[in-house]
Amino acid sequence: MSESLLIRGGRVIDPSAGLDGELDILVRNGTVETIAPAIEPGTARLIDARGCIVAPGFVDLHTHLREPGFEHKGTIASETRAALRGGFTTVCAMPNTEPPPDSATAVEALLERIAQDAAVRVLPIGCVTRGRNGRELAELGELAAAGCIAFSDDGSPVADGRLMRNALQYAAALGLPLSEHCDDPVLSAGGTMNEGRISERLGLSGQPAAAEVAAIARNTALCEATGARLHIAHITTERGLALVAEARQRGLPISCEVTPSHLFLTEEAVFGDGPAPAYDTNAKVNPPLRTAADRAALSSGVNAGIIDAIATDHAPHAIQDKLCEFDQAAFGISCIETALSTVVSLALRGELDLIRAIGALTIGPVRAFGIDRRVPGAGTLAPGRAGDITVFDPAARWQAGPGTLVSKGKNTPLLGRELPGRVRAVVLRGELAHLEEPAHA
Amino acid sequence: MLEIKEQPAAPAGPEPAAFEGWKAKDLLDTDTLSTANIETIMETAEAMREVRARPVGKVATLRGATVATLFYEQSTRTRASFEVAAKALGADVVNLSASGSSVEKGESLIDTVRTLEAIGTGVIVIRHKSSGAPYLAAANTSASIINGGDGTHAHPTQALLDLFTMRRHVGSLQGRKVVIVGDILHSRVARSNVWTLLASGARVVLAGPPTLLPRTLALSGELGGCEVTADFDDAIAGADVVMALRIQKERQEGGLIPSLREYIRGYQLNATRLKRANPGALVMHPGPMNEGIEIAPDVAHGLASVIEEQVANGVAVRMAVLYLIVTGRAP
Repeated sequence: MSESLLIRGGRVIDPSAGLDGELDILVRNGTVETIAPAIEPGTARLIDARGCIVAPGFVDLHTHLREPGFEHKGTIASETRAALRGGFTTVCAMPNTEPPPDSATAVEALLERIAQDAAVRVLPIGCVTRGRNGRELAELGELAAAGCIAFSDDGSPVADGRLMRNALQYAAALGLPLSEHCDDPVLSAGGTMNEGRISERLGLSGQPAAAEVAAIARNTALCEATGARLHIAHITTERGLALVAEARQRGLPISCEVTPSHLFLTEEAVFGDGPAPAYDTNAKVNPPLRTAADRAALSSGVNAGIIDAIATDHAPHAIQDKLCEFDQAAFGISCIETALSTVVSLALRGELDLIRAIGALTIGPVRAFGIDRRVPGAGTLAPGRAGDITVFDPAARWQAGPGTLVSKGKNTPLLGRELPGRVRAVVLRGELAHLEEPAHA
Repeated sequence: MLEIKEQPAAPAGPEPAAFEGWKAKDLLDTDTLSTANIETIMETAEAMREVRARPVGKVATLRGATVATLFYEQSTRTRASFEVAAKALGADVVNLSASGSSVEKGESLIDTVRTLEAIGTGVIVIRHKSSGAPYLAAANTSASIINGGDGTHAHPTQALLDLFTMRRHVGSLQGRKVVIVGDILHSRVARSNVWTLLASGARVVLAGPPTLLPRTLALSGELGGCEVTADFDDAIAGADVVMALRIQKERQEGGLIPSLREYIRGYQLNATRLKRANPGALVMHPGPMNEGIEIAPDVAHGLASVIEEQVANGVAVRMAVLYLIVTGRAP
């Protein structure tokens, strides 16, 4: 028996239903029962949402939970708690674990751990190739039957075009999307940041934008040839986005995501704000942070609806993985707890359309991966369905730091920065899973 | 003017306040040095050169100070030059290499510099294959860090000794044309030279094969009026200084140059090309040279060459840097 909840006085935004208004939400029996103005509370527990935005629980298409294999960086328990704090109720777990989920046995073992430890809903992504080695296909049918929501080799692009075509044919037959890190690994070999002004200034080897653009062009052609649903993971370039827009105009089943890091930061973050370079390893991420022009194009892509999802690519690392020489440091940014704040910052600056951005955190990713077939009503506030709700105060400010982040990974270039937007409450499957009272209340 | 007493001498008294121009904990690159900072280093180096010219060539100014050279990459001249410079100032020197030290056992750079700091090392000279490594060290120790060359990023004392050498021959570099030729993109020497030369008012031209030029950086305007060109014959016309860089043979394996033969045809500093430069133009090279590849032997050892003098001046310039850093930090 779960208690009833009344989320009262907030601005309710559900882009899936075109909903935006001052409304109350009554949650009962594990689901949204009513959305209406001034609902009588009765015996329901009150959640004061005045000044807050009330949205469907966020959905992340790209999360690194690190378990099994890299528990010193993060665990299912620690990173799903971080997800909850960040307002996410569903995360899709990327397969770069050890062992990777490249067989039904591995997926079953993973699902068992998830059932025990996860604080939010976790949907596993299965490997495209065995051991993510890029040489032989994993048993994709078996992975689908075991419960994978999509396929991906994560940070290892499927470089072999023939193998990629075969994988897409299987994905098409199974009706699951293939999420691809679009990168020509030969062009970007050894690159530790975006190739350009800053890499040349710092003497760091670069990854050219062309490596992403070329891979998107190839994969778009293979998508067209196979009819499979191709999802472009963490797109970073203006030109790559233009290719996606063009392909979609022609009706190809292509979706794409952008990370909050690439929306918010540029290659300058590696240099830092000072007169002397910082070589900030926390800004080292793959694909790399790009130029100001790319960043602007990505925001426009979200606003125009070309980018379906804002996906975190949350990548927690241990201190020693980042506190070292730049070229030795691990790639990745821990950002599932700051994702909302970066989105709110950009919305406050007028760069992101708030409704579109919330759509890209909710219904956009659900449609991209077909998550609603597994979790009916995910990414919406539809009565009688999933019952996932995120309540956040866009005006509340906080500072990202080792003390405030619950993720094991404190590796973010936003450390010490004051950010707007704080999650106040999260309802998961109709139950209050997280509540943070404002400090002054 | 700076006065430096010869050894043996009583411990140096209070120094005249002649060095207001540059006080810093570290020397990581030349990019943050102002014209006044550079002037201070040059004047101090001139005084050090006089010290080196004396019969004994040593002073006791830094007696009691310990300088460590921590080299993760092979080096002959830079390491020897720092060691001689530190000893010429009376400092004690500890030499550490990556091989044969705890680095081989997996100790991190940060732990290594903290260990050196804990045993009383005030200055650590670092040579490292990773660009930015000295910055990491500097941010994690209170010892002074001098960058002895980091990856393909910076080599500030080389740039300062190059500038010192140029000034001794050319005088003011204002309006002078300095051409650097070779693998600019991967050259820490070229990069650090650009900042000191621009601060000195020189006209800088970077020449090299199209695959080895920092094009985006040059186009961004961040290198000031620095020109970038793949046409060395054009670039060298009217040059007052020509500096050839060492070409790494790995660049051929990486496909960045088709062959050494073609590199030589387009970019070797030879007598024919040198004739296009201004009469009396200086020939420089940071060493070690591949004679017959980036520089013809007759030019390397010809009348215009100051390559050996660069090495000699390196000691004076490094004495100046060590002196300014150690005394500038004294309470």
